Amino acid sequence: MFEKALQGDRRYWAWIIFLLAVMGIGSIFYLLQLVNGLTVTGMTRDVSWGFYIAQFTYMVGVAASAVMLVLPFYLHNAKQFSRMVILGEFMAIAAVIVCLGFIVVDLGQPQRLFNVVLHPTPNSILFWDMIVLNGYLLLNIVIGWSNLHAEHKGLSHPKWVKPLVYLSIVWAVSIHTVTAFLYQGLPGRHYWLTAILAARFLSSAFCSGPAILLILALIAKKVAKYDPGEKAVQTLATIITYAMVINVFFFLLEVFTAFYSDIPGHTHTLAYLFTGLHGAGSLVGWMWVMAVCALLSLVLLIPPQFRQKPELLVPGLILLIAATWIDKGLGLVVGGFIPNPFEGITEYAPTIPEIMISVMIYATGLLILTVLWKIAIGVKKETGSA
Amino acid sequence: MDNNRRTFLKIAGISAALGLSGGIPLSLQAYTPADVEYVPTKGQITGKRWGMVIDTRKFTKPEDFQRVIEACHQTHNVPDIQGNEEIKWIWTDHFEQVFPSSSNPYLAERYEQQDFLLLCNHCNNPPCVRVCPTKATFQRADGIIMMDFHRCIGCRYCMAGCPYGSRSFNFSDPKPYVQNLNPDFPARMRGVVEKCTFCAARLEQGQMPACVEASNGGLIFGDLSDPDSEIRKVLRENFTVRRKVELGTNPCVFYIV
Repeated sequence: MFEKALQGDRRYWAWIIFLLAVMGIGSIFYLLQLVNGLTVTGMTRDVSWGFYIAQFTYMVGVAASAVMLVLPFYLHNAKQFSRMVILGEFMAIAAVIVCLGFIVVDLGQPQRLFNVVLHPTPNSILFWDMIVLNGYLLLNIVIGWSNLHAEHKGLSHPKWVKPLVYLSIVWAVSIHTVTAFLYQGLPGRHYWLTAILAARFLSSAFCSGPAILLILALIAKKVAKYDPGEKAVQTLATIITYAMVINVFFFLLEVFTAFYSDIPGHTHTLAYLFTGLHGAGSLVGWMWVMAVCALLSLVLLIPPQFRQKPELLVPGLILLIAATWIDKGLGLVVGGFIPNPFEGITEYAPTIPEIMISVMIYATGLLILTVLWKIAIGVKKETGSA
Repeated sequence: MDNNRRTFLKIAGISAALGLSGGIPLSLQAYTPADVEYVPTKGQITGKRWGMVIDTRKFTKPEDFQRVIEACHQTHNVPDIQGNEEIKWIWTDHFEQVFPSSSNPYLAERYEQQDFLLLCNHCNNPPCVRVCPTKATFQRADGIIMMDFHRCIGCRYCMAGCPYGSRSFNFSDPKPYVQNLNPDFPARMRGVVEKCTFCAARLEQGQMPACVEASNGGLIFGDLSDPDSEIRKVLRENFTVRRKVELGTNPCVFYIV
């Protein structure tokens, strides 16, 4: 099947070469970081996790989102997803690899990475995050590849895959729950110390991930002439809408708890993010853009007659992706560190090397996604399976 | 031919599984809490539960703080890096930062102006140890929270976990920022976290912590589990407070204010 990734028109190869070039440029900056240390980033003693870990957190959600297709397709026999499920599973593979990439570049001593395996530490949530992320990667590779292979050979899905599929449904929930637990149990970090964090992570994952998947699938429809099916698009759009409503509701619960209780630790980060605190507020503009994007996306997605029109659905999805990315990929991680546990404020902004290294990792993810989707779409077209 | 391939795959699969099952007991073996390995050496000062009292009445002039900080940072090759990437094992801050939940708007002026010494609290229930994914930071049986600079992968989870800001990260190579390198203590490399160790290395050689020695009686170090120790006597006779007790970390550094 892999040969399908090696046959493509000029546009396909131009895109592959472009991604390789971006990865090449990014890797020069990563070399710079390897030589000089994390001092090339904007991180500090006070804001000790920054853009990398925030991107990792966002992409775990994207990886977990495949379950929004796998669950209805396998458990509720939602036939409309038959052309989409493989795209979701393969996007999960690319997304998990992006997550692992962000963790590796965030380490001060990346060559000691395997210490996590050599000295397994069950009391550390990071240990469990390693287990669930790698497990989910493996599950999706095995499930996606064997199902596609069977289809390629004209066979029905192998029986032994079924239990793995059910396992992957639970597992998808676990990857984002465990990632939320990384933050959720820390004393002195008020913004993260909330029992609803894991639920917030899941609700945002189940809208942002499928939204990205849907946009990419619509691009594939244009570029590769592979139609995921109108019914699949609309069902997924409905799922995305419900998840976003819950996501916004959960966020408002946090706002109520913080400001009605008026406990300083709980209000300070929200105040810093949305109004600025003691003259510092580099994320204020971003957070209001988030709020506007979130509301507009709901306006475009909630009325069925709006989201059934592609010209309104697509902007709705893009606004949703922007809102969830600002919330999780910028505000959540940095906000957890500002103000610090002593009410001190050290602002943070990613540096150019930090951004270029992040772009490198995203380009790697896109390359993996392109190749996997090329194979999947090639097989699907060849067998004519719908 | 196909049959051969199948047989080969079967054998390969079984041997891989055997290899894995051999690996599991090995990795379980690796999971031995670090405090079990700790054996006191001869001539060292031993205690069951180390703690420290900071008598803030004895720190009045900037020199009182400077002497103590310099003694620590010189002993442990703590680099002098300015700005947001600074490394500090023992430092000072104002009352409201040190005791955020005990500060009030009508605080006596002497407290408002006064600086307080800060260092790792060597908590009984340390969040940094709980979160470390490699046991690079661990708690010894005598309560000291240690750092293994050679095992640390630089994930900085302990920095997110510590509610006292007691940990520093070597964003860059610290060696160029160390004046008068002390050859008896290792200098760190970039990409690892470091912190106060209650001078575990000096205790092993029968010496008191460097800061205590330099403090002219302002710092009292001793065994909290021994009712006859000097530190327990000081704690009996003075009212003391600890930082952020509401978090349940049970800090072992006490302040006489």
